[in-house]
This record gives sequence, structure tokens and C-alpha cells, in this order.
Amino acid sequence: MAKAAKRASEEIGSPPPPTHNRERPPEPQRHQASREELLEYYRQMLLIRRFEERAGQLYGLGLIGGFCHLYIGQEAVAVGLQSAMEPGKDSVITGYRDHGHMLAYGIDPRVIMAELTGRAAGISRGKGGSMHMFSVEHKFYGGHGIVGAQVSLGTGLAFKHKYSGDGGVCLAYFGDGAANQGQVYESFNMAELWKLPMIYVIENNQYAMGTSVNRASAEDQLYRRGESFRIPGIQVDGMDVLAVRGAATTALDWVRSGKGPILLELKTYRYRGHSMSDPAKYRSREEVQSVREKSDPIEAVKRELAAAGVSEDELKKIDTEIKRIVTESADFAEQSPEPDAAELYTDVLVETY
Amino acid sequence: MPIELKMPALSPTMEEGTLAKWLVKEGDTVTSGTILAEIETDKATMEFEAVDEGVVAKILVAEGTDEVKVGTVIAVLAGEGEDAAGVAGAAHDGAGAAEAIAASPAEEAQAQQATVAARPKQEAAPASLRVEPEVPEGTEMIRQTVREALRDAMAEEMRSDDRVFVMGEEVAEYQGAYKVTQGLLDEFGARRVIDTPITEYGFAGVGTGAAMGGLRPIIEFMTFNFAMQAIDHIINSAAKTNYMSGGQMRCPIVFRGPNGAAARVGAQHSQNYGPWYASVPGLIVIAPYTAADAKGLLKAAIRSEDPVVFLENELLYGQSFDVPKLDDYVLPIGKARVAREGKDVTLVSYSIGVGVALDAATKLAEQGIEAEVIDLRTLRPLDKETVLRSLAKTNRMVCVEEGWPVCSISSEIMATAMEEGFDDLDAPVLRVTDEDVPLPYAANLERMALIDVDKVVAAARKVCYR
Repeated sequence: MAKAAKRASEEIGSPPPPTHNRERPPEPQRHQASREELLEYYRQMLLIRRFEERAGQLYGLGLIGGFCHLYIGQEAVAVGLQSAMEPGKDSVITGYRDHGHMLAYGIDPRVIMAELTGRAAGISRGKGGSMHMFSVEHKFYGGHGIVGAQVSLGTGLAFKHKYSGDGGVCLAYFGDGAANQGQVYESFNMAELWKLPMIYVIENNQYAMGTSVNRASAEDQLYRRGESFRIPGIQVDGMDVLAVRGAATTALDWVRSGKGPILLELKTYRYRGHSMSDPAKYRSREEVQSVREKSDPIEAVKRELAAAGVSEDELKKIDTEIKRIVTESADFAEQSPEPDAAELYTDVLVETY
Repeated sequence: MPIELKMPALSPTMEEGTLAKWLVKEGDTVTSGTILAEIETDKATMEFEAVDEGVVAKILVAEGTDEVKVGTVIAVLAGEGEDAAGVAGAAHDGAGAAEAIAASPAEEAQAQQATVAARPKQEAAPASLRVEPEVPEGTEMIRQTVREALRDAMAEEMRSDDRVFVMGEEVAEYQGAYKVTQGLLDEFGARRVIDTPITEYGFAGVGTGAAMGGLRPIIEFMTFNFAMQAIDHIINSAAKTNYMSGGQMRCPIVFRGPNGAAARVGAQHSQNYGPWYASVPGLIVIAPYTAADAKGLLKAAIRSEDPVVFLENELLYGQSFDVPKLDDYVLPIGKARVAREGKDVTLVSYSIGVGVALDAATKLAEQGIEAEVIDLRTLRPLDKETVLRSLAKTNRMVCVEEGWPVCSISSEIMATAMEEGFDDLDAPVLRVTDEDVPLPYAANLERMALIDVDKVVAAARKVCYR
């Protein structure tokens, strides 16, 4: 269910705030997905879920080190948004919780998993790790470990789209925690000033590490964070892939028509800890359990599929296929050799001086 | 009493200016606030207002006159009850013809004290300085300021590559806070010469993202002091991405602007970031001294596939040097230059320190010590080979650095000398750097805190055991 921003005038009465006369995008409509589209969403979301579960296992076995941030629970966001983007034309950038976005962008799960295990076959040749993965070929620009950095970098990608007149749009994901970083607002200002083709996506999973949104944000309705910059915001149910896809369409229409940036707040939830080393003291087990039972994005698609007449058997077949892909990725990631020692010194600079 | 109107100092570094236009003529009555003239400074064209009331008795410096020293009497006002004609005659007798406006030595000295007292006087580039062997014999030279050379470098690269653009505070309509981007907006338009809000972290990130997307941004920081707000993108985003992506994602960007101490602007606006950036793998760091190097290296920086931090110096912007008149003058990154040959001691420096080292070398020569001066030009990668070759020749070395001593480029050169040139050393390497304090404002304290020729001469004599 996509919910448009309430007009500020409805909330505080007269005199009407300046937002009153501003053009707003229309209320997003929940996407009417075809059977094939639904199956594809299901397939992608399940791939992310199973992939991340396996990554969690490999972390436990010591095969993955350092920080590892899992996307479990948030699958509908990346899948719904990216299904609307034009591959090869639009660009995407995100923070450190990046495995899901890459999978939703069709990047080979084997090279992602091999990066997690730090192997030569990894997408960054083992030199980036979980938080630093890129695929220029797919116009996926990372994978950034500094909270909020991807927002200004993404604004730069949007600048590039406009400068080159290539018709592309940049989509930058960031979390409710990053939404409090100063550079986010510096970027908002420039993006609106220069009418850049930019979709800002706040994935509000309710917790910045262990700090809940309302303990960290004076304005906790994050879709309103663009208002001072005249950037319209839309709040979206991030647990419903069809609502997400509908909002993506609205946002893309707005941006592609040259109206400048737009802000989407996707209300979602992460089931796992912030990273693998999360003590989980800041929320109750019951809270997590309740979201899983009532709002799981994959279960929701399953229900849609049943209503569309897709049989259990058909879903089972997909499940089996996904399991195979993930097992293969894990095997590949475990068996690939570590980078050659000489790799230590390569790629520091492009040129030789 | 007639009132003398003197060439004003309209910026902290202005020593002379152009009297672009008179807006009053002899015989005009002026009051406080009347705009008398337009004066072009090293940074901008400014209006010169009257403070006193009176009648313009005599204009002593014609409009269009260049290089009018600060403090020069440019006109005389007859005060209330005075006869303008009489005052004019007296002024003429006293100050002489307009050409002979070089005011009395005492007056000039006084003016200088008032405006640039903080700095050791910036000498014109020494005559011994000849452009490096990178230029073919017989190449025609033109005299250019560092500022002009930098602008030409950008303009030439922008003409040949549409991906190159300039972004920063006041780079477009204002024509550059230090006039380095002067004229670029007119030639290239607002699409490619972009004024930003005051938002360093933000526009450094936007530039870096644009470079990742395939453009070739030149990001101007009004000064590198403000780049501290943006250092995360310079280091974490620009410098590391190529490595972290296994060579997939490049970041061909130039971050440029003035670095180091200016004049009398206090601690927050006076710092040399050379050592900071030079410590980061993944960055190229360039800090030129001459206009020719500024041009050739900035062009190389813009063409480089790697992220470059290009450190200029405000006090050098207005200095003139010979620049080769070539269609495409590009210098190699990572190569030092022997700025002066000598056999007794090596002085290693970069940026504004090179001028101090060259002046010291002149003084040392008078005392029978032949100093070799190495201009590093690039701080990362460091041209250790040239430094060590010179050390092998002179066996004595002094580092000269307008910056703090601790963890400095000097520290790095000294470590290199010990690790790789120990057998060539006849004396411990010394360093002449700024004092280890935030830069003070007071003229006398600022002077004490900065490097100067005498300190370099003393250190050179010491390593020569003289």
C-alpha cells in the first residue's frame, strides 16, 4: 500500500505552508503485475533470502570475515525498485548492505559470494569485501562503506546523466541512519537546484545499528526530509513488492520528465542484526517474530501467486532452482583460490608514473 | 591640507594592481562614498571609494596603468577651502610625473609594511631559473603568471575533451575567488563551469560520483583549508575505489585550489596539506612552483586516469615565469626538477618553498657554497631517484618546506636519505620548516613562524660544517 505524503496544510492548518502550491507526483498505484512478473519477483526475492542465509552460515564458519550486513527482510525494496529501472541506462548506488541490490540487478551470485569469502574470483578480485563491490558493466556503482557517502556520489552520477544527456536516472539507496548525515542534505540542495535525474531511496528498516528512528530523528517521517529543498517525498510500504514497484514507476515518471529529484521512504524491516556481530539487545525477539509472521515480503508474494493460480509445485521448482544456485555459489566461493600475492600491489593507481 | 589618495590594498596578498578606470576627472567634487576608480587586484576588479570630501585636484596615475604599487599616490584632493589648481601644481612638483610615481622609498616601505608585512617579500622568479629540459631547444617563451598558466591549462583541456568541467564555489560568475577560472564561463558556458553552493563535502562527493560515472571533473576548493570538510570523499571515495573494485571503477578527478599559508589570514586559513594527502595510496599529489610546471602538470593531472590532489599557492598566483609557447605543453607526473645546479649541498623543496630555497642558494653562492635546488613538483609518487642522485653528488641535504615539521614531506625525504642514501651522507639531513604552532595572525609572529631565506642559509651552512 503506497501512501502519499499528507499535505502539510492538512496537518497544521493555516496559514498554508509553501508546500501547498508545489506540484506533487500523483499518488502511486500498486503495480498490477502479470503472472510472469510476479514469478520473477518471487524468484529474485527468494534468491536474496537464501543467498543471505547462506552468507550468514559461511560467516559462522569463518569463511567470511569482517563486517557482513544481511538484507533479509528487506528484499521487496531492491527487487521492486530495480524491476522498474532500465539496465544499461540507469545507474544504482548503495551503502554497505549491498548484496541484495546486486542480486536484484542480475549480477552473478557466484562472484558476489566469492568476494564475501575474499577470493580471486570475487567481483572485486577479493580486495573489496562485503561492503565494497562494484559492477561498472551493470552501472552498479557500489557498495560504499561510509554511511551517507553514496548519496553525494549518486548525486554525481545523476549529474553525469544530465551532463551527458544520456536519459539515465540514478537511484541511490541509503538507510534511516544515513538520513541524518549532513552530506545528504548538501546533495538534496544541489540535486533540486540543478534538477538532476535522481531518486533518493531511504530504506527505513527502523534501526540505525541499534538506534531506532525516533531515538535519532527529530522528524521521523523521513519522506518529508526533502521538503526544505522542495523535493517531493512519498512513503511506501517496503514490505509489499507491488507497492514498491508502483512507487518506482511514479518516481521514474517524475524524474524522467525533467522535474528534478524525488525522495522515496520505504518502510521495511531487517530480521537479522545490523551486522553479524549484533547483540540484538535493542529490540525484542517478539518484535522481530511479529514482523516475520505478519509482513514477510516473500510470503506476501506467495499469496499473490496463489491468487494468480500458480501451483505449489511450480513454486517448489523455483525453490529447488534457487537452492541449487546458492549452493553452487557457496561452493564456488569456498573453492576459488585466494588472490595471488602480487595482487597486493595492483590497482592502487591506474597509470604508471 | 590636500588629501593624497593612495593605491589601496584591496586583498590580503595585493602588492600592486592595475588602475583600470577613473570614474572622476580633475575638477569633480566628490563626497564620501563617491566611486573614484576601478582597480584590478590580483583577485578581482574592485571599486575604489572616496572617504573624504573635496575636489579632484590632480590625477597622477593615468587609467590603464599596470603594476601600480600599493601606497602609490594616485590622485590628490583639494580639501574644503583649498584651491584645486594650486594643489594640483604642488602635487605635480612634489610627486613628479605620472611615470615617476614610484613614491619615496620610505613611503613605499611603509605601504609594504601595511599590506604584506607578514610575508618574506616574494621575489620575482630568479634569473637562474630556466625551464627544464622537457622543452626543445629554442622554444619560444612567454611571460605568464601562475594564475594565467593554470587557467590556460584548464581551458586547453576543456577545449579538447567535453568530459572535462570545472565545479566549485565562485568559479563561474564571480570569475574565481582568486581569478584562476577567469573567462572560463564566457568560453564554456554554465553547463561546464558550475557555481556550487557553499557545500564542500557535498560537491566533492558530486564530483567524485561524476568521475566514477565517466566524466573528468576539476573540483576547485576555494582553499584547501575548506577541503577538510570534504576529505572523506577525497580519500575514502576517490583514492580507494580503484583498488577496492579490483581495478574496475576509476575516478579520474582533479581536486585543486590554493594550499599553504597565505598572508595574515590566521590559523584556520593557513595550512599545508601536502603531507596529509601524500600519505594516501591511490592519490596523486602535485604541488608546483613555477607557472610552466603549473600548466604542464595541471594538464597532465586532468588527463590522468587517477584522482589527483593539485596543491596551488595563493602567494604564487601573481608571480610571473617563463612558460613555453607550445600547443600542448604536458609534463610527466612524478618527476622532480633540478631548479638550480650546485655541488656542495642539496636543498629539497616544493611549491612556495622552492622560491625560498632558490633565494637561499643565491645567498649561499655569495658565501662560496654552491647549493643544488630540487623542486619535487609531485609529492606522490615522490621522485626519490632525483633526490638521491643529487645527494650522491653533494653528500649534504636540507629540506625546505612551508609547512609543519612533524610527519612532513621533509620527514619522508629524510627517511629516504637514511634508508637509501646513507652511504652518501656526510652530515645529518636537516629540515627548515614552519614552526610547530598554528599560524599566528600578528605580523611579527607570523613572520617568525614561517620559513625564510636566513633559516635555510643557516641550515645549509651547518650541514656544510661552515
